[in-house]
Amino acid sequence: MEFFERFAIPHPSPMIYASMVAIALVTIAIAVGITYFKKWGYLWSEWLTTTDHKRIGIMYIISALLMLFRGGADAVMMRLQTAVPENAFLDAQHYNEVFTTHGVVMIIFMAMAFIIGLMNFVIPLQIGARDVAFPRLNALSFWLYFAGAMLFNISFVIGGSPDAGWTNYYPLANNEFSPSVGVNYYNWALQISGIGTLMTGINFIVTILKMRAPGMTLMKMPMFVWSGLITNVIIVFAFPVLTIALLMGTFDRQLGTFFFATTDGGMDMMWANLFWIWGHPEVYILILPAFGIYSQIISTFSERNLYGYKSMVASMVLISLLSFLVWLHHFFTMGQGALTNSIFSVTTMAIAVPTGIKIFNWLLTMWKGKIRFTTPMMYSIAFIPLFTIGGVTGVMLGIASADYQYHNTMFLVAHFHNVIIPGVVFAMIAGLIYWWPKMFGFMLNEKIGKWAFWFITVGFCFSFFPMYITGLDGQARRMYTYSESTGFGPLNMLSFFGAGLMAIGFAVLVYNIYYSFRKSPRNIGDDPWNGGRSLEWATHNPVPEYNFAVTPHVISSEALWDQKKRGHQIFRDKIEKIHMPNNTGWPIMVAGLFFVFGFSFIFNIWAGVILSAIAIFGFMGYRSFEKDDGRYISVEEIKETEDKFGGANK
Amino acid sequence: MNVNSTQPLEYSTEQNRLNILGFWIFLGCEIMLFATLFTSYFIYENRTGSGPAGAEIFEITPVLIETILLLTSSFTIGLAVNAMRLGRTKAMLGFLAVTLVLGAGFLSVEIYEFIHYYHVGATLQTSAFTGMLLTTLGTHGAHVAFGLFWGLFIFLQIKKQGLTPQTANKSFIFSLYWHFLDVMWIFIFSFIYLKGMM
Amino acid sequence: MKFKWIVLTFMITIATVLAGCEPLLVLDPKGPQAETTANVIWISIITMAVIVIVVIAMLVNMLVKYRASKQPVDYEPPHIEGNPIVEGIIVGIPILIVAFLSVVSVMSTYAVEGTPEGYEEQEPLVIYASSSNWKWHFSYPEQDIETVNYLFIPTNQAIEFRLYSHGTISSFWIPQLAGQKYAMADMVNTLNVVAEEPGEYVGRNANFNGEGFAENTFNVTAMPHDEFDTWIEEIHETADPLTEEKFTELLEPGHLGLMTFTGTHQDFKPAPEGENGGHDHGAPKENDTESDSDGNSHDEHSESEETDHSNH
Repeated sequence: MEFFERFAIPHPSPMIYASMVAIALVTIAIAVGITYFKKWGYLWSEWLTTTDHKRIGIMYIISALLMLFRGGADAVMMRLQTAVPENAFLDAQHYNEVFTTHGVVMIIFMAMAFIIGLMNFVIPLQIGARDVAFPRLNALSFWLYFAGAMLFNISFVIGGSPDAGWTNYYPLANNEFSPSVGVNYYNWALQISGIGTLMTGINFIVTILKMRAPGMTLMKMPMFVWSGLITNVIIVFAFPVLTIALLMGTFDRQLGTFFFATTDGGMDMMWANLFWIWGHPEVYILILPAFGIYSQIISTFSERNLYGYKSMVASMVLISLLSFLVWLHHFFTMGQGALTNSIFSVTTMAIAVPTGIKIFNWLLTMWKGKIRFTTPMMYSIAFIPLFTIGGVTGVMLGIASADYQYHNTMFLVAHFHNVIIPGVVFAMIAGLIYWWPKMFGFMLNEKIGKWAFWFITVGFCFSFFPMYITGLDGQARRMYTYSESTGFGPLNMLSFFGAGLMAIGFAVLVYNIYYSFRKSPRNIGDDPWNGGRSLEWATHNPVPEYNFAVTPHVISSEALWDQKKRGHQIFRDKIEKIHMPNNTGWPIMVAGLFFVFGFSFIFNIWAGVILSAIAIFGFMGYRSFEKDDGRYISVEEIKETEDKFGGANK
Repeated sequence: MNVNSTQPLEYSTEQNRLNILGFWIFLGCEIMLFATLFTSYFIYENRTGSGPAGAEIFEITPVLIETILLLTSSFTIGLAVNAMRLGRTKAMLGFLAVTLVLGAGFLSVEIYEFIHYYHVGATLQTSAFTGMLLTTLGTHGAHVAFGLFWGLFIFLQIKKQGLTPQTANKSFIFSLYWHFLDVMWIFIFSFIYLKGMM
Repeated sequence: MKFKWIVLTFMITIATVLAGCEPLLVLDPKGPQAETTANVIWISIITMAVIVIVVIAMLVNMLVKYRASKQPVDYEPPHIEGNPIVEGIIVGIPILIVAFLSVVSVMSTYAVEGTPEGYEEQEPLVIYASSSNWKWHFSYPEQDIETVNYLFIPTNQAIEFRLYSHGTISSFWIPQLAGQKYAMADMVNTLNVVAEEPGEYVGRNANFNGEGFAENTFNVTAMPHDEFDTWIEEIHETADPLTEEKFTELLEPGHLGLMTFTGTHQDFKPAPEGENGGHDHGAPKENDTESDSDGNSHDEHSESEETDHSNH
């Protein structure tokens, strides 16, 4: 019995018990549903074992949407708790768990997954490749991410959620001040999904460098590909730092070392430094692909080429370099002295320059254009002023002396939501709507889409703009409650109202998917937005398994536009048989073993740790003997598919 | 499979070339990983708490033996790749085996070294300095141990399948990995042991 | 354009809300340090507002002029590559703005880190402010008194807070007097503060440190020097001395009301500075190993603490 006691929740409440029941019921319902419709075989052979970058991308996006709702529920709970002074909806402990999981889920398991999902789906299409460089590794990346996400999400029903904030500062996160297994969950969930992310980084760098269509030089890549390349370079350099930091944290908590302790030579500030050396580049890992998406969308719906392509690329390279030189601005108040703070203050503000270039380039892309207000374009248009506000408040935070007053307040919370939501989340939604027909072969309803847009945008403004004011009025972040005399009440109520609007917006978004699935026409042609410019719009909707029947040829970053306006021939070769990778079940199995490994380690079940580690190595060793050269799609099969779409790529 | 016979075997297919580039990028990750470890080590170097300092626990003899073993193994894996390029499977297997034996020797001496640290009271739980020392050495040692298994599996595969574009590719990538571990050891030797004993 | 109207309505709402409120704490400074930061904040808000307005104006202009419904059906937008002059301008202007703000940032950072202007001559009053879960302990070594969760300070007097923690990282913050700074377990941070107006100010820990974080606050009362001296005298007459056992009890996690003692815990449990500092783990100094481990372990392991104290 003693063995099982460790799995108990340290701070139970009716809400958590209700969630346990809900999780159990939903799992059973899904399992029963799949069994009833006899879909297990389909699910296994077509999705769970797939190595197709498009399907992996879609699985990433579905997981990201699930995490969006998990993190969103946390957000609404926080806003509800602080809507009125002295609220008793959540107690301090639960509030701490809620904001911790909100942060981790949204950054690591929602935003990262969404971005990687879109990169997976779009980048091979935009460069005219059949798949990524290492399709199986890609599947393994996804499943490791998924294992990490699931590990993190079971924490609140088994053993207790992490409660030291998503920044997880030590010594708060050590055993003395955080005795539950929550922080172990944090360490291992991030570690496992981080390994997956690292492998994605390697995979995409190789894919982009080596697998571009003939004629596509580096400076002829669509902007989203450029942003993807730079993002993945940042991933490769930033994530190993997190790996080590998490390892040191794990050692401190579970093997009794003193790295982040305040005794025996330990140094609590070390964690903060390592965390932010990874954490700040991480922010740019999120935002750069978003910039790429906006570049594509704004150019498409302004019917103009992207203004200042070269300066766009240069500014992203510059941002990626600077992103490694600013981590200290996350703790100007740690007492490094005026000189150090001044240096980091200047490097921080310097990032505003390349970012400013991008904003003006987008504005100049609209100049002399023919702007169409489609849903993706609406998000992109709203992004520009909102992100500018978020960006300039970032510059304000970069002024070290003023940061002493903003630090740890709602002003900071307002700032980073102001860059992440219009910057990243809007881009993800816009990108999803924009490329939706490529994924599923039908369009999302524009009218419902615009309703969702207005709810989300207006809700965003109501949620976060009041926080700038309460921050300047002295409301610290992460307070589960406040007294009425502080006067924070009305503005916090306004934030809650905004959060409600956003929740409705996301619900409308999901309804739109359902509605469009039922009602939208399926015969939409290859270029349903009627203005596609880059290569991905030259193939069919939904994209066939092999992406392009024959290898495309390009002469600029806008292959399809060249074909439409300049008489360029993208497809000129004869159809030949196409080599494709086989599906494989090992990535999901290895990730499952990693899940067991992580779970055992979290609870110090050493037998489980050793057995699963042996199993992982044994499995990989066994697999290395396997010979799998993939398979071929025959010419007849390709012709048949192409005929179904109305001609062999025209 | 498109095999390009003008290239060395390990570069002969498109997938092989992708694998090698991918592995170089992976080594970039590894460099960041070890750079983080080294930086942390330098920060904790003087934070010995109540535990011993580096100069008190380092022993030159095992470290020198480890260095010689690993450097030699780096040389023999180079010979193995050379033999592979000449198509001499047997010589290649021989050199690979020597490499793995030397690696195993390195690991044994390192285990002895760890036991020594344990006996003089320098464990993970002694101070931040000893913890970081053992973590850094341990990470390198774990890489070597992983390399031994990896090399063993490659050995068995070449025995079974002969030198094919796939096995040649794996062997070449393994040699990159092994050279990398050697370079990391030179850093460890200079900046942890020599600097610590000064 | 619906969007423009939403933004406008929103700005008006904010303006009304702002106007209807008391001045915001951070922008209502009562001392030179907070005043410097408040000025910097206003400068940056104005500069940034200009940028935001320019961007919004440009965007609205583009949307109004170049929207598809206003163009002829057969209008084909031109192909325009970048233009060196235009791109020079969009690089140059941000560089100028950032350069200007960098100067502001560097100057003001040195200003708030140093002794407040006009008080350089004065001998500062040293107060040790240390945090434990979830309380603040204030030691006045010169006056030989200690308070919990409240702070009395004389006005127009340079005060040097020495900040550290008995456990988690916390952040010492009195918004109306100065920006915050971390209090950490193995080093002492210095925060220079002057209050120029008598009054009551709120102070709090701004850095999340666990369950009792929301209530981790303290009151600051600034008063003229003579009143401050009277207060000190009163305490010496009425308060109990702070003993080591009592202090250990105070460190237990939880919340305490306001408390006053004579004597400070610096006598038996010094701050981690100088030879007690956590940054000095290097070459073991002679007869220093004892106090070294003492200085660092005082907040972690109560067991080792006991043994350490018996050594003293």
